[in-house]
Amino acid sequence: MKASLSIKGTQDGLLVSIPEGDWGDARPALLQMIDEQTDFFQGARLILQIEQRALRAADLGSLRDALAEREVNLWAVLSSSDVTKIAAADLGLAQQLSKSSSSGDEDVPFETMLYGDEAVLVEKTLRSGHSIRHPGHVIILGDINPGAEVIAGGNVMVWGRLRGMVHAGAAGDESSKVYALDLSPTQLRIAGQIAVSPTRRGRPKPEVAQIREGQLVAEEWQSNRRR
Amino acid sequence: MSATIITITSGKGGVGKTTATANLGASLADLGYRVVCIDADIGLRNLDVVMGLENRIVYDLVDVVEGHCKLRQAMIRDKHLQDLFLIPAAQTRDKTAVSPQDMVRITDELRQESDWILIDSPAGIERGFRNAIAPADLVLIITNPEVSAVRDADRIIGLIEAEEKGPGKLILNRVKPEMVRRGDMLATDDILDVLAIDLIGVIPEDEAILIATNRGTAASLDSKSKAGKAYRNVARRLNGEEVPFEILQANDGFFRRISRIMKPGGER
Ligand SMILES: Nc1ncnc2c1ncn2[C@@H]1O[C@H](COP(=O)(O)OP(=O)(O)OP(=O)(O)O)[C@@H](O)[C@H]1O
Ligand SMILES: [Mg+2]
Repeated sequence: MKASLSIKGTQDGLLVSIPEGDWGDARPALLQMIDEQTDFFQGARLILQIEQRALRAADLGSLRDALAEREVNLWAVLSSSDVTKIAAADLGLAQQLSKSSSSGDEDVPFETMLYGDEAVLVEKTLRSGHSIRHPGHVIILGDINPGAEVIAGGNVMVWGRLRGMVHAGAAGDESSKVYALDLSPTQLRIAGQIAVSPTRRGRPKPEVAQIREGQLVAEEWQSNRRR
Repeated sequence: MSATIITITSGKGGVGKTTATANLGASLADLGYRVVCIDADIGLRNLDVVMGLENRIVYDLVDVVEGHCKLRQAMIRDKHLQDLFLIPAAQTRDKTAVSPQDMVRITDELRQESDWILIDSPAGIERGFRNAIAPADLVLIITNPEVSAVRDADRIIGLIEAEEKGPGKLILNRVKPEMVRRGDMLATDDILDVLAIDLIGVIPEDEAILIATNRGTAASLDSKSKAGKAYRNVARRLNGEEVPFEILQANDGFFRRISRIMKPGGER
C-alpha cells in the first residue's frame, strides 16, 4: 500500500479519503484497516471520499455489504465521477456532507475559525460501565473511573483522574495524545500501542502520554515546553 | 404519615444487602417507627429467613401484584418488634412477575401507613434491580473493601444517577479492624476516592451477624454486637441525627479521612 488512507471525524460521520490508485488495492486496504480497528469503527457512519474514481452500483453495493458485516454503515460517497454519482444515487447513498460539516466556503473576514477535528466536551465523571466513542477529540471534565472507557479518533484530555481505559488515535493516528491531571489508567492505548501505567509514587501531576520513537511514553506536563 | 422509601442495593452479590435491610429495619423500628421491609429479590428470597419469619409466609409480593390478596394480608409482623413488617418475595416466580410500576403502586399505598419502607434489591443491574429502585427516595449502596465490589458499586451509582435517583449514600460493610490497624488503608482510600459519594455507615466484620442471622434475629438488637451498633448508627443518621463514626477516634489515616469526608461543607 503506497499512499495511506486518511480519516477525519465530521459531524456526519467518519470521512475516509481513499488515495489515488487501483480500486482493487484500495478496497481490501480499507477493509483491513477496519478489521484492525474494530473498536473504533464498529457502529460508525462512514463517508467515503474517492475523488474521480468511477465505481459502479455493483462495486459500491458489495462494499456496502462488506462494511455492514463489520457493523459499519456506509452513508455517503463523495466523488467527481458521474458513473459513481449515479451508482451512489441508485443505492440511496448521500453525496455531500451537511453544511456545518464541510469546512466553509463562507466568507470569514478574519481567521476566527479554528479548523480541525471536532471535540466533544463531557462534563461528568465516567463511572464503571460507561463508554464514550467519538471520531474527534474528547475532553472530560471529571474522572474516568476503573471500568469506564473513552475511545477517540483524536486526542483525549481528562481534567480529572484517568483510571479507566483510554484509546486515543483509535483509527491509527500515532500523533494523538492523552492529557490528564492524574494519569493512572488501567490501560492506555494510542493508535496501535498499548501500555499499562506503573504504580504511582508521590502526588499525581498533570501528564501527557504520546508515542515517541515508536514507544508510548508519559511525561510530566510543562506548559512552557509545548509539544 | 408519609414514608421515606429506601432501596438497598450493591451490584455485586453477597456483599450484605439483605443483612443491611434486616438490621436497618429493626433499628428504625426500635427507634419507634413503623417500618415495612420489602424483599424484591423474586425467586431468591431470603430476607424472610434472615428475619426469622419464613414459617409465617402465606402471601407474597407477587400475590399482591396479581391481586390474589390485599396488601395487608402479605405484611408479616416481626416476632420482636411490634411495628416492623415484612413483605416477602415469591420463591417460585421470576422477576418479570413484577414491574417497576407495580413497585411504585404498592409503595404508594404503603406510604400512608408507615414511616420507612426498606427495599432489599437483588444483585445485578437487570429487571430486579430496576424494580427495586423505581420507587426509591434514597438509595443506599453497599460495598465491601474489595476491588470487584467497588467496581460494581461504581457501575450501580452511574445507573442510579442516570435514573435520577442519585447519587445515593454508601455503606462500607465487612471492614476488618486489623486491616485498618495494619495501616492497610489504601483500599479504603481508593473506595471513597473513586465512588465520591457520601458515606453513611462503616460496618465492621462481625461474627455476631452470622449468629444473629442463623437465629433469625437482627444483630442490631444485640447491644454487644459492633456491627449491630454500627447499623443502629446508620438508622440514626437516616433519621437526621449527626452521629460521629463510632470507630473514628483511632488516630490513623483511614478514619481521619472518613471524618474529613463526612464533615458538612468539607472539601468534598
Ligand atoms: N458485617 C458482616 N460481618 C460478617 N458477615 C457478614 C457481614 N455482613 C454480611 N455478612 C455475611 O455475608 C453473607 C452475605 O450477606 P447477605 O445475604 O446480606 O448479602 P446480599 O448482598 O443480600 O447477597 P445476595 O446478593 O445474594 O442477595 C452472609 O452470610 C452474611 O451473614
Ligand atoms: Mg440478598
